[in-house]
Amino acid sequence: MKIAENTFGSKYHVDEKGFYGRFGGAYVPEMLYPNVKELQDNYLQILRDPAFQQQFDQLLRDYVGRPSPLYLAKRLSEKYGANIYLKREDLNHTGAHKVNNTVGQILLAQRLGKSRIIAETGAGQHGVATATVCALMNMECVIYMGSIDIQRQAPNVARMKMLGATVVAATSGSQTLKDATNEAIRDWINNPVDTHYILGTAAGPHPYPDMVARFQSVISEEIKAQLLEKTGKANPDYVMACIGGGSNAAGAYYHFLNEPDVKLVAVEAGGKGVNSGFSAATTQLGKLGIIHASKTLLMQTEDGQITEPHSISAGLDYPGIGPLHAHLFETGRATFLNATDDEALQAAYELTRLEGIIPALESSHALAKLKDMSFNPSDVVVLCLSGRGDKDMETYIRNLPNKLS
Amino acid sequence: MSNRIDQLFATKKTGILNIYCTAGFPELNDTLPVMTSLQQYGADLIELGMPFSDPLADGPVIQESSTRAIKNGMSIRQLFEQLKDFRKTIHVPVILMGYLNPVLLYGIENFCKKCAEVGVDGVILPDLPMDEYESDYKSIFEQYGLHLIFLVTPETSEERIRKIDSLSKGFVYAVSSSSTTGKDKDMGNQQAYFEKLKQLQLKNPVLIGFGIKDKATFEAACAYSNGAIIGTAFIRAIENTTNLDAAIKSFIAGVK
Repeated sequence: MKIAENTFGSKYHVDEKGFYGRFGGAYVPEMLYPNVKELQDNYLQILRDPAFQQQFDQLLRDYVGRPSPLYLAKRLSEKYGANIYLKREDLNHTGAHKVNNTVGQILLAQRLGKSRIIAETGAGQHGVATATVCALMNMECVIYMGSIDIQRQAPNVARMKMLGATVVAATSGSQTLKDATNEAIRDWINNPVDTHYILGTAAGPHPYPDMVARFQSVISEEIKAQLLEKTGKANPDYVMACIGGGSNAAGAYYHFLNEPDVKLVAVEAGGKGVNSGFSAATTQLGKLGIIHASKTLLMQTEDGQITEPHSISAGLDYPGIGPLHAHLFETGRATFLNATDDEALQAAYELTRLEGIIPALESSHALAKLKDMSFNPSDVVVLCLSGRGDKDMETYIRNLPNKLS
Repeated sequence: MSNRIDQLFATKKTGILNIYCTAGFPELNDTLPVMTSLQQYGADLIELGMPFSDPLADGPVIQESSTRAIKNGMSIRQLFEQLKDFRKTIHVPVILMGYLNPVLLYGIENFCKKCAEVGVDGVILPDLPMDEYESDYKSIFEQYGLHLIFLVTPETSEERIRKIDSLSKGFVYAVSSSSTTGKDKDMGNQQAYFEKLKQLQLKNPVLIGFGIKDKATFEAACAYSNGAIIGTAFIRAIENTTNLDAAIKSFIAGVK
């Protein structure tokens, strides 16, 4: 694994102070400073330890089931006139890419001598992935989840509980991912010594965006090797991924960031439309601000209050974006598109019928933009299918009754 | 020595009572009446909270007061509007406490200028990193004679406390326990930390906050410091009252 390679000096990786261009940093209150500093001072050293890497690799292989397949979706390719490969993160243990990061962080937490794990979750995928590794490592686990998300992702709540986690409802604010993250951070402030916070996305204070991206970078590392084997070329023409905070995108882009011939496409949640007032398309609606201790693009009022986003997908329902992605947006390194709730639902239905794969609502946002791309027939497109749709069945059935009858 | 915070600590060394109240709470136009009563019944310092949608360092009571104040229509602009003439009647030092995001959006220089214009003496921004303050903002705060007050906690190393003390002006805000505001952690365990702080002989006065709620906790904090800060307990005392002035009078009488 290349999780610990030295990337300082790269234009698109984090710098020594924890910034990507003007985004990033660690805007934490003093109560959180020792926790964050401990991570900042130790994470690279731990990730570089060969024994750590060996344990991480082995768990990813034998427990998670990696490498995840890179699947040439023939009927999808025919429809959109390109060679479309799906990176099958949906086939991972627990059903999404999230587990790559939780395996890495639980090993890190052990090395830091922590006995208690906390995490936030939106769609519940990160919560399940965290509860899973906590069961595996016999650690106490508390998951914060917005009370609205608890309702709309009931199967994942049940899984977390069965895995032994305590699920705490975040009842403040919009009662979704943002508020679950607030509560997790508050828990960490109140339990500074024994607790590690497994943040699930490439956001939050430094070093989380970089650490999470490194654990997820296994995705692009495998894509390179798999593409080389399948096509004779390690670099695709396009890498496409959905973005809420941006962890699956960070992992899918990671080893291509400095390969200018690879076009990076990010798809945000447009909700009911970017200008509808019900959207989570942060790069279109956000301004520079600070959310969850990171300076990034942020949806906010003219008075600087963080606004409540909307997406049909709980995993993308976030008013900010990871600082790496804000930087990729601002520098033009990645192209940012957005897909509406309806487009995502249609794309999920389409992939299901064309390829026999029911995707997560989050991943469906990336799929939804295939129709808006202008591909050449020879183009190689890798789309990160970040998760499977089991958790979304209720939403799918409710929203597409005529097509599912 | 023109800053009112410095004047206060020059004349009073012990038992200083700093009361926190969210601006625009319980009702939008209560900001000034609350300050007036606080001054009248003996608060030495007033800390006004600029409400934020996502106050990470605060517990449920102050969170709810912020949500309510935002719903009432409070914002930084609105607050400066309310504070336009407050120095005609309020003479105690006043500190604004808030989170960095709304202040950044308002503009740090604009903010400092406005504070100086209306007569605010100090600012607490818990999520403003010390290094960034030193490199980007310190000169602006100093230009406008505005004191920035930093926090220390039981987990803060001595080296960092020294650095915080060197950058802080007015006083150092000692958080009594590693917690969000309003948590009932046992103050008894904090004696060693308070003792350590006292022995460090910081250049700044020290006020202790978090978990101070009544006479006993106020006096315990004052035994180790120049005074204490009460927030959550005060918000609780006024959140449902029909007589603001009477509630404030009885709250302060119960502490001092």
